[in-house]
Amino acid sequence: MLGFILRRLGTFIPTFIGVSIVSFLFIRLLPGDPILLMAGERGMSDDRYAQLMTQFGFDKPLLTQYWDYLNGLIRGDLGLSFKTKRPVWDEFFALFPATLELSLCAIAFAIGLGIPAGIVAAVNRGKWPDQALMSTALVGYSMPIFWWALLLIIFFSGTLGWTPVSGRISLMFFFPTDTGFMLIDSFRSGQAGALASAVEHLILPTIVLGTIPLAVIARQTRSAMLEVLSEDYVRTAKAKGLSPLRVNGVHALRNAMIPVITVIGLSVGTLMAGAILTETIFSWPGIGKWMVEGIGSRDYTAVQGGLLMIAVIVMVVNLVVDLLYGLINPKIRQR
Amino acid sequence: MPLLDVRNLCVEFKTADGLFKAVDGVDVQVDVGDVLAIVGESGSGKSVSMLAVMGLLPWTANVTADAIVFDGVDFTTAGAKQRRSIIGRDVSMIFQEPMTSLNPCFTVGFQIGEALKTHLALSRSERRKRSIELLEQVGLPEPERRLRAFPHQLSGGMSQRVMIAMAIACKPKLLIADEPTTALDVTIQAQILELLLELQNDTGMALVLITHDMGVVAETAQRVSVQYAGQKVEEQCVQDLFVDAHHPYTHALLAALPERATTRTLPSIPGVVPGQFDRPQGCLFSPRCAFADAQCQSAQPLVQSESLGFARCHYPLLDGKPLQASEVRK
Amino acid sequence: MSAPSDTPAAVQRRGRFLEFWGYFRENRGAVVGLVVFAIFILIAIFADLIAPHSPTAQYREALLQPPMWLAGGTSEFMLGTDAVGRDLLSRLMHGARYSFFIGVIVVVISAGSGVIIGLVAGFARGWLDTMIMRVMDILLAFPSLLLALVLVAILGPSLVNAMIAIAVVLQPHYVRLTRAAVLQELPKDYVTSARVVGASRIRLMFVTVLPNCLAPIIVQAALSFSTAILDAAALGFLGLGAQPPTPEWGTMLADSREFVLRAWWVVTFPGLAILINVLAINLMGDGLRDALDPKLKRS
Repeated sequence: MLGFILRRLGTFIPTFIGVSIVSFLFIRLLPGDPILLMAGERGMSDDRYAQLMTQFGFDKPLLTQYWDYLNGLIRGDLGLSFKTKRPVWDEFFALFPATLELSLCAIAFAIGLGIPAGIVAAVNRGKWPDQALMSTALVGYSMPIFWWALLLIIFFSGTLGWTPVSGRISLMFFFPTDTGFMLIDSFRSGQAGALASAVEHLILPTIVLGTIPLAVIARQTRSAMLEVLSEDYVRTAKAKGLSPLRVNGVHALRNAMIPVITVIGLSVGTLMAGAILTETIFSWPGIGKWMVEGIGSRDYTAVQGGLLMIAVIVMVVNLVVDLLYGLINPKIRQR
Repeated sequence: MPLLDVRNLCVEFKTADGLFKAVDGVDVQVDVGDVLAIVGESGSGKSVSMLAVMGLLPWTANVTADAIVFDGVDFTTAGAKQRRSIIGRDVSMIFQEPMTSLNPCFTVGFQIGEALKTHLALSRSERRKRSIELLEQVGLPEPERRLRAFPHQLSGGMSQRVMIAMAIACKPKLLIADEPTTALDVTIQAQILELLLELQNDTGMALVLITHDMGVVAETAQRVSVQYAGQKVEEQCVQDLFVDAHHPYTHALLAALPERATTRTLPSIPGVVPGQFDRPQGCLFSPRCAFADAQCQSAQPLVQSESLGFARCHYPLLDGKPLQASEVRK
Repeated sequence: MSAPSDTPAAVQRRGRFLEFWGYFRENRGAVVGLVVFAIFILIAIFADLIAPHSPTAQYREALLQPPMWLAGGTSEFMLGTDAVGRDLLSRLMHGARYSFFIGVIVVVISAGSGVIIGLVAGFARGWLDTMIMRVMDILLAFPSLLLALVLVAILGPSLVNAMIAIAVVLQPHYVRLTRAAVLQELPKDYVTSARVVGASRIRLMFVTVLPNCLAPIIVQAALSFSTAILDAAALGFLGLGAQPPTPEWGTMLADSREFVLRAWWVVTFPGLAILINVLAINLMGDGLRDALDPKLKRS
C-alpha cells in the first residue's frame, strides 16, 4: 500500500509543477502589457506604471518571476486581485464554500439516483426499465446544462412559482456565515424559515449541476454491474440461496463499485466546469461565477489564482479517490 | 423415492443465431448417500443440467422439465423463496474455477459466515466457531487466520477447500461438484477428490460428481451417467460400466483410456460433438459411431432397458458387439 | 482498365463496411441518430434555400411574437421571433451550419494533432514519450470548460478562437488513446514482419499500425464532435464564443436569457436544437462503439 501511495504521489508532484507553470504563464501570454490591461482605458502616469511593474514583479526576469510565484504559492500567496486589490487567496476561500456546498449536493444527488438507476437497469437488462432508464441517461448526458437550467427556471420558478431564481438565500435573512455553508449557517441561526429558504435556493442548481454526473454514474454503474453479474462469484452467491437483493446489492455491487468510484472521482472536473455555468445562471456566489466575472472584468490575477486552485483541487480529489480505490479493492490494499 | 428426481430436463439458450439446445430430455435420479458421476465431453451439457437444477443459469437460458423433485419439493412448481431456502442448505454446489468463484471483495470468514447466517439461526460466536470447525474439516491449517484472508491470498487448492467448506456448512443432503479438480494441479486434484469422498463417507450426503475424466469416475463413483450432446446416452453402476459398456460412445470413451489400451496407438473418437448448426437428424452420435447404419442416421433411437444400461441406441453393444434389431426388441 | 471498385482491396474494404453496417443497423437508437444527424446536415447545407427569412433581418413590427400555434402567432414566423424581431426558425436553420462547422473543425484539429502526437509518443518511448504524456496529464488536470475559457481569454472572444480552445482541450484524449492503441499493436507479429521487410518508420506509423488503431479513435471522434458542439455553445452562452448577431445556438440562448420568464420560445428552441443534435450524435457514437469494438460492448 505504501509503495502504491508513493508511486501515486510521484505523478502528482510533476503534474502540480506543470499546472503551476501553465497558470503562471497565463498572464504572460495575454496579448498586451498586463499593467496597461489592468489600468483599462484610463491610462496612467509613468511613475505609477513603474511602481505597479515593481509591485507585481513584472520587471524581473521570467525565471525569477516564476520562482517568486512558486514561493508565494507555498505560503498561500496568490498575489493581489487587479480589481479589488485584496489577496486572491482570501477571495477564493471566501467564495469556495459556496461552490463546495453546491458541488457536494450535486454529487450526492447524482450518486443517490445514479447508482440505484444503474443497478435497476442492469438487473432488468433489455427489458423496459433498462431501456427507459438508459434512454433518459443518454438525454441527460447530452444535455446543454445552461439550457436545462433555463428550462427548469421557466417551469419551476415561472409557471409553478415554487423555487427562487437566484442567490443562496432570501434577502430577508441576516446571520453570521461562520462556516460558509448556507445549510449549516442557516440552521445554526435558528431563524424561522432560514433553513427552508436555503434549501429552496439549492434545489434547482443542484439538479442542474448534478445532471451530467448522474447520467455518467448511471451508465457506468449499469455496465459495471453487467460485467460483474456474469462472474463466477455471483453464481456462488446465488448457490448459497441468498436473496436477489443480497446477491445484487452486496456481492455484485461491492465489486461493481470499483470502476464507479473512479468515475465519481473523475466527475469532479465535470462538476467544476459545470459550476461555471450553473453559478452564472443562478447568480450563485461561488468561484465559478467569480472566474467568469474575472475574465469579463479583466481581473487576470484572480483568474490565474482560480485556475491554479481549481486544478489543484481536482488533482487532490483524484489523488484521494485513487487512494480510496486502494482501500475498497483488497488486491491493491494488501500488496 | 430418490432424493433428487429429474425428469425430461431440457435447457435452451437464446443466442444471436437462434435457440441452442444444450440439454435435451435428461433424467437424473440420485438416492440418499449415492455417489453419481456424470461424464461427458465439454459441450455435452453435463454442467448445464446441474446448474439448471440449482437455478443458476443466466437469463438467456430457458429451462423446462416434467419434474425436478428434491426431497419431496418440486422445483418446477415451488416459489422462488421456497427454492432459495433449500438451495445452499440441503443441496449445494461447488464449481470448476475455485479462484474466481469466491468474491474477491470479502474475507473467507465473511463468505462462510454468510452461508451459515442465511439458513441457520446461529449467533455470531457460534457462526465463528462453526466456520473454524468447517475449515478444519476441509483440511486448511490455521483456520482462525484463514478466516481473515481474502480470496486472492489463497491458492487454487485452498480456494476449492474454502468452497467445499462453504458448501457443506449447513450439512447438505446433496453436494453437486462441477468438475471440482479440472483447474487444479494434478497433485492437488487427488487431495480434493479424497476430501470429497471422505466428507461423503462421514456425513452420508449424496454426491454428484461432474467430470470428463474416466479415471476419476473409476476411483470415486458408485453409478455413472454418460452424457453426449445434451442427451443421457447410458447409465450403469460403475463396475458394470467398465466391464461392459452398452452405448458405442461409452465404449469408445473407455477404449481411449491409456490404461485400457490394447493397441500400440491410442484409439480416439473421430470428429467433434455436434454444435448448434450441425445436429444430425437421427442418432446424435451416428456421424462418429463405428457401428452406425442408415437407420441410425435417419431415426432417433429410443432408450433401452435397465439391463442394457438405458442406452440411447438402436444397436446397443453387448460384450462389445452390437445387438441386432431382432434381439433388442425382446 | 478495371474500375477501382473491382480491386481486391476495395472488395475487402466493402466487405468490412458491410459487416460494420450489419452491426450498426442492429442498434435501433444508432440508426435513429444517424437519420436525425443527416436531416440536420441537409438543413445546414440548404439553410439559404429553405429558411423563410434572413437570419439577421429584423421585423420591428413583430417583436417577441410567439410561435404560430399560440395566440398572437402567425405562419410567417413559425417558431416566433426574438427580441429584435428576427425569425427564430431561420436563425436556428442557419445555426445548424455553425454547429457542424464547429464540430468538424474541432474534430479535425484535435484528432489530427492528437493522433500524430500519440503515434510519436507510442513509437518513441523513453524520455520523449514521458514528456508528452506528462504535458497531457497537465492539460487534463484542468476542467475542460475552464481551460477553454482561459484560452479564449488569452486569444480573445470569437468563434474561431473558441474552436481552437476546445480543440486544444480535447486533444489530450486522442493522444492517450492513440498511444495506448499503438503500445498494444507494436508487439504483434505483423508489425515485426513489416519492420523486418524494412518499412520506414513513417510507413510503420501511418500505414502499418495506425489503421489498426482506428476503431477507438473513430468512437472518440464521434464523442468529441458532440462535446465540441456543447462546449462551443457553452462558451457562446458565456459571451466568449461566437458574437451576436451570429445565429450560433449558444449565443442565441445568451441573448434570450433576460426573456426567460416572458417569452419561453426564444429560450426553448435553440436549446432543444442543441440537445437533439448532441443526442443524435451520441446515439450514433454508441452504435459506432458497438459495431467497431465489440470488446467495449454497451455501457
